[in-house]
Parts: sequence; C-alpha cells; structure tokens
Amino acid sequence: MCLAVPMRLVEISGDGVGKVDTGGVTAPVSLMMIPHAQVGDYLIIHAGFGIEVLDANEAEIRLDLFRELAEATAEPAEP
Amino acid sequence: MNTSHEGRAARAIAREIHATCERSSRPIHLMEVCGTHTMAIAQSGLKALLPNNLKLVSGPGCPVCVTEKRYIDQALETGRKYDARIVTFGDLIRVPGSSGSLATFRSEGGRVKVVYSPLDMIRIAQAESARPTVFLGVGFETTAPTVAATLKTAVPTGVSNLYVLPAFKTIHPPLKILAAKEDLDGFLLPGHVSAIIGSDCYRYLAEEFHKPGVVAGFEPLDILVALRELVRLAVDGPPQILNRYKRVVREGGNPAAREIMYEVFEPTDAVWRGLGLIPGSGLKLRGPYAGFDSLTAMPVNVSPTEDDPRCLCAAILTGAKTPDRCGLFGKQCTPEEPVGPCMVSSEGTCAAHYKYGSA
Repeated sequence: MCLAVPMRLVEISGDGVGKVDTGGVTAPVSLMMIPHAQVGDYLIIHAGFGIEVLDANEAEIRLDLFRELAEATAEPAEP
Repeated sequence: MNTSHEGRAARAIAREIHATCERSSRPIHLMEVCGTHTMAIAQSGLKALLPNNLKLVSGPGCPVCVTEKRYIDQALETGRKYDARIVTFGDLIRVPGSSGSLATFRSEGGRVKVVYSPLDMIRIAQAESARPTVFLGVGFETTAPTVAATLKTAVPTGVSNLYVLPAFKTIHPPLKILAAKEDLDGFLLPGHVSAIIGSDCYRYLAEEFHKPGVVAGFEPLDILVALRELVRLAVDGPPQILNRYKRVVREGGNPAAREIMYEVFEPTDAVWRGLGLIPGSGLKLRGPYAGFDSLTAMPVNVSPTEDDPRCLCAAILTGAKTPDRCGLFGKQCTPEEPVGPCMVSSEGTCAAHYKYGSA
C-alpha cells in the first residue's frame, strides 16, 4: 500500500500542481507536500502526490557502490 | 548497471551476510515492518540467497491486514443505510467483513468506486451532490497526508457531501510493543513511511530497547544492503539506526507533509488486528475537519466482530507464526477465497507465501 515510484517533474502548472512524465505520457501530480520541487527533479509519487524529491547525488552514490561491488567480484562467466 | 552486474553485486552482498551470520551461535530473527518490503522480498526470491539461520518475519505494516473486520462492516452498513457511494483504494475491495465484502456489496447493486488517488473523491462527490460520498481512509503515514491534503483542497470548493471513514494508523506505537519482544533481533524499517516521518525518529529502538533498525528502499539490492547492515548490527552491535534509503528518506523526513497531516488529524486510540487496542496509534479528524468524519455525520450500529478462530493472521502479523503453520493456508484460504486479511492484501504475508513460496 505504501508503494511509491519515481517520476520526473516536467511542468509546474501553478497552485501546487504539476505534471510528471510516465514513460512518454504526462500525468497530474500534487506538489502540496513538496513545494520546493523544481522541473527536472525526480519525485517519489504515492497516490497522486509527490511525497519527496529524489536526491540525485545519493542515487548516484548508490549506483557507484553496486558497480564497484560487481566489478570487485570476480565470477566466471555463466555457461 | 545491467542484470548481470546486479546479480554479481547481490551475490557479493549475500556472501557478506553469510559470513556475519556464521559468527552467530543462534538464529537471527529480523522483522520487515512494512508489507511492501514483504512483497518485494518474496517477489525477488531474495530469501534463497540468505543463510538458514537468518529468519525474516513479517510485521504489522500491511494496512489492510491490520484493519479490523468491524471496519469493513461499518463501511458496508454506511453504504446500505445512507445509500452512500463508497470510494476506496483497490486493496480493500475483497476483504471479508461479517456479511460479505465491498466486492459482494457492489455486485448486489451497492455503489463502490475504486480510485488511485484520494484527490478523485472530490470530483466524485461533486458529480453527485445529493448522495454522500465516503472515502475509506486506511493506511499509514505515507497515505494519511495524501488524504489530509485532499480534505484541505476540498474545503474551498464548498463540497458538502464528502466524508472519510478514518482507520489510519501510525507505526511507532506497535513498533514499541514489538521491540520489547525478546525473539526479535532487529527491524528492517519502512521506506516510504520514513520518507514522511524521517529516519531519526526511530532512535528509541536502539536507546530504549537495544535493537538495531535500518531504513531500506524497495529494490532487491536496496533490501540486501540494508539486511547486510542490520545483520552486522544484530550480531556485532552496537544497536543503532541506519538509513540506507538516503536518496528518498531524510533524517527529519518531510515536515511539510507532517504539517498537513497534523492540521487535519490528531492521534487517537486504535484497534489493530493481531495487536488489539493500542493507545494513540490511530488518527482521527480534528478541529474544523471533524465534520468530514463519516461516523459522526452518519452513525452506524455495528456489532463487535470475531475473527475465524482457525485464522492465524493475528499471530502472523506479529511475527509469532509463519503462514505454513496455519491449517487453512492454501486449503480453505487462498487469494481467490481468502479467510483472513493476510491472504487478501496483495502485500499480506500469506498472499506473498502463496504466490511465491516460502523459500
């Protein structure tokens, strides 16, 4: 029930409302809980509301960590 | 990162978890508090990567599962007695009450509308202003602010036939009860509830109960990394709270969301399936928003309910039993014909075990 997914904010329509891109289709989103969100931000969307702005720096740190782990792990190629 | 990279990273993390668990002389029991984690773990098959002495047990963070049967009865009775339109998230639709579910109510001509966003309830109420529209307010801190924000949006529209039947719950009160249980060694903490309430607020787990907790995201690698930290803290100590979902969860959470939530709601006592009455664990409408309370505007008389005594949902929700210990599981109780809410909700422990197996 607490499922929430990241989507990119493509437009701020004013009055706490914006539009997010969901694979080429835009959908309305309420920005009431994230008034600081800016166009281009990735938002965490739950039930039509942006509940948080994704921290792009932290997202990159996470990906780096997994890349390093994968690269440091010498495993024979799967047959 | 491609799939092969992810697989290698996952196995590397799993090896670290194995190494830590080998240092433990006893089984380690960790609770995933959140139902969305329960489902993500089952769906990804992560348990197959984990050592045998690491036991993951599911917690009470499945809103549908912890909602008492009486709530469904109240919703159905409100629909029948006041010819109200019931608006709900899809999760609740098949939960059995004493006399049928919302799905059977609809098949008998009752008005039930499933929505994705609570914001839809304003438009639905406006479209039929002579009929009461009742939104079923079930969920935790992730969902409660969205309903609060909807009611704040509804006030200036002047809509007068809109109500909420509130059964919102907050996660700290049950967590304090569970933290006192000796057989739980640590907590995988919810990701999106924590986006609202923050990662700092769980300190009592470490300070009062000496149990570690790690906030986790929902991708399989997020969960594995969080488990690696949690196992390490549970085996080697010290008990502390870590945040491994920093791209979404801030230390202080989302204060704007909490402000909206507590402008509209205030704490109240609530009954949890499996845990009973927990003081201050629910949310009720407050101040100028009290008029939205469906039970105040449209009272219903519903008898206290009893769960099927053979159903083990209560024990399963507190991590005391696993679904395979229940005599109904997979026989009388299936996702098509559920007896208890742990089988109804897509993120219920029994539904996850049934669909993906217990491995």
